Amino acid sequence: MKLVTGNAPHLRSNDTTAKVMLDVIIALIPALIGSWYFFGFYAFFLAIFGAVVGELFELFIMKVLRNDKNFTPNGSAAVTGILLAMNVSPATPWWVFLIGLIFALGVAKHAFGGLGMNIFNPALAGRAFLLVSFPVYMTTWYKPALSFSKWVDAQTTATPLAILKESGNIDVSYWDLFIGNRAGSIGETSVLLLLVGFLYLVIRKRIKIMIPISYIGTVFVMSAIFYLVNPSFGTPLFHILSGGLMLGALFMATDMVTSPMTIKGQFVFGLGAGIMTMLIRYFAGYPEGVSLSILLMNSLVPLIDRHFQPRIFGEVKS
Amino acid sequence: MKLSTFLGGVHPPENKSLSKDIPIKKAPLPEKVVVFMQQHAGAPAKPIVQEGDKVKTGQIIGEPTGFVSAYVHSPVTGTVIAVKKLSNVIFGKAVEAVEIQRDSDDMWELLPHGDYTKFSREELLDIIQKAGIVGLGGAMFPTHIKLNPPKDKKIDTLIINGAECEPYLTIDHRMMLEKYEEILLGIEIVKKILNVEKVYIGIENNKLDAIKLLEEKWKGKVEVVPLKTKYPQGAEKQLIYAITNRKVPRGGLPMDVGVVVQNVSTMFAIKEAVIDGKPLVERGLTLTGEAINNPGNWWVRIGTPISWIINNLGNGFKTGVEEVKVLMGGPMMGIPVNNLDTPILKGNNGITSIFPVKQQSTFCIRCSYCVNVCPMGLQPYLLDLLGKKKKYDDAVAIGLMDCIECGSCTYICPAKIEHVKTIKLAKKVYRALRGGKK
Repeated sequence: MKLVTGNAPHLRSNDTTAKVMLDVIIALIPALIGSWYFFGFYAFFLAIFGAVVGELFELFIMKVLRNDKNFTPNGSAAVTGILLAMNVSPATPWWVFLIGLIFALGVAKHAFGGLGMNIFNPALAGRAFLLVSFPVYMTTWYKPALSFSKWVDAQTTATPLAILKESGNIDVSYWDLFIGNRAGSIGETSVLLLLVGFLYLVIRKRIKIMIPISYIGTVFVMSAIFYLVNPSFGTPLFHILSGGLMLGALFMATDMVTSPMTIKGQFVFGLGAGIMTMLIRYFAGYPEGVSLSILLMNSLVPLIDRHFQPRIFGEVKS
Repeated sequence: MKLSTFLGGVHPPENKSLSKDIPIKKAPLPEKVVVFMQQHAGAPAKPIVQEGDKVKTGQIIGEPTGFVSAYVHSPVTGTVIAVKKLSNVIFGKAVEAVEIQRDSDDMWELLPHGDYTKFSREELLDIIQKAGIVGLGGAMFPTHIKLNPPKDKKIDTLIINGAECEPYLTIDHRMMLEKYEEILLGIEIVKKILNVEKVYIGIENNKLDAIKLLEEKWKGKVEVVPLKTKYPQGAEKQLIYAITNRKVPRGGLPMDVGVVVQNVSTMFAIKEAVIDGKPLVERGLTLTGEAINNPGNWWVRIGTPISWIINNLGNGFKTGVEEVKVLMGGPMMGIPVNNLDTPILKGNNGITSIFPVKQQSTFCIRCSYCVNVCPMGLQPYLLDLLGKKKKYDDAVAIGLMDCIECGSCTYICPAKIEHVKTIKLAKKVYRALRGGKK
């Protein structure tokens, strides 16, 4: 019989990184099935393709390029693959998507040191890369197909945010925005299904919950003020339900690696992302600004973490 | 039931059912004991016996060597067979130890004792010091010092720690159920020493029977405060906050907020010393864990080797056990022994034998769980990072020395990072670099 030593604590939770990632994937499933219904099976396929290729590519990077013999897949690359698919237009060809995925994992994640070391959300970095490299594919939008039996339904249209920006009108009902019956990126349209997944993460305590609260709250307050000044800016409810805000606030900004560690920091992170999103929507060339705002705030996380530290027990207020 | 608690903390599996319903039994006397001269925080005691000396149970064999130090007594009646340095896993260094072969049944050498109301405060403190009593919850701080705070610290509250938040351990629970009369006498003695009126006992609500019993038996004398079952509820600062809503300032002590905290077993030891004249030579402990045959709660002599306890009281390890981790204490803060002949110390509230689990540390995914659970409001992920990079001054600036080493961060970490290991090492190195200065 062997006497084993080691360091306290000798009890460890049975939680693992892989379980965290699995929960995120489970939370994304409702929205993915929704994307199949709204944009055809190709949209769903792209997410599965992203998950599988992402994991294989990461395995290659870790085992071959980084020569890490102990590496065991943890599912984080699959999450990146799925999220990248959800953030691109259903008009994106698979090879364009693949280039984006390789950039996301190879450059945005592993060039920075891999899991936990990356400054920018890999999926959003991949999306930004595609947006500047393949602007046509990335800004071509399809009408919802509303069928599980189609591969893809290539009737082009504009997104509600683009229509608002050009004409100052809103041509879609709040209900359609809520359930996802509108043009947009693969996984962003159905607020309802994204909320279902979000609720799962909240129950499983897998999410920095302050970020979506402050992000969406900021968008609401800011758009309410602008709406009162000039109604052609769009109603607060429209701004919350349209574009990539829900996907961004619930699943992209809350990416653990690239968001702040403290509640106060998470509040500031959401606040900054909310303000940037609305400034881009109102005044910049792009109709939508969620992904760029989050990337900008990602770059500020080290500063936010440094400034907003928790109060140590017994520290006197100063 | 209204439950008091603190911010943060974790819920590890309790596993107390292995031993919580088993009454405390008196163990037979061991043939041989090994008594360390350091069984307390502070300076080690100096042995005053030599090889060949005959000693009685309760006879002083080690004298204190500094202000923070304590007396050490012989736990059996017998002959000293060796005085030598042995490694001590709890203090992490070699310490002098006295080996005693038992010759006969107990012949006690008792302290002056009797009706505590007839003793003065100074006489009571003297008895407690001469009895070698230290904090029996695990910290082993000499009790006579803790009960004698500087004059400028006004103490108005005594808190008895019955939280027993450490998983597996049940000895405090059993003590409260079985020895509540003796513990109450100990509390009365301490009340007299501290001159306080307000006494609380904090008990986690996984010990409802103890809460009910003490509410009935101690009515009007001690206020029973049910606590939320959460680790580390029994940590001193967290317990004080849960019960009194007072926060011990950073770097401060409980007396800075007018509180003294004492463990239930320490109260029992004080009663034994003052009323029966018995120095601290035996204590209750929980013998538990999945790897042994018969878990239970035992009354054992200090200095008894763990191997003797496991074989004679626990009926040995289960057959087929190939690897085992034997801990002095519970699984969250306990220290694994590297030699089963290690004797138990005054602060040993349990011997826990568990199956080791191997887990590979991976990359921090910044989930912030460690920040959320830290009962001290620290950032364990950052302390770990700074500790590994040897940036000790930066680590101290964000609270390295405030860490109570409870292990909540390491318990909860999905990436299996060993924050506490890094933090303990960083503290040690920092103290060494600063030449022992605080």
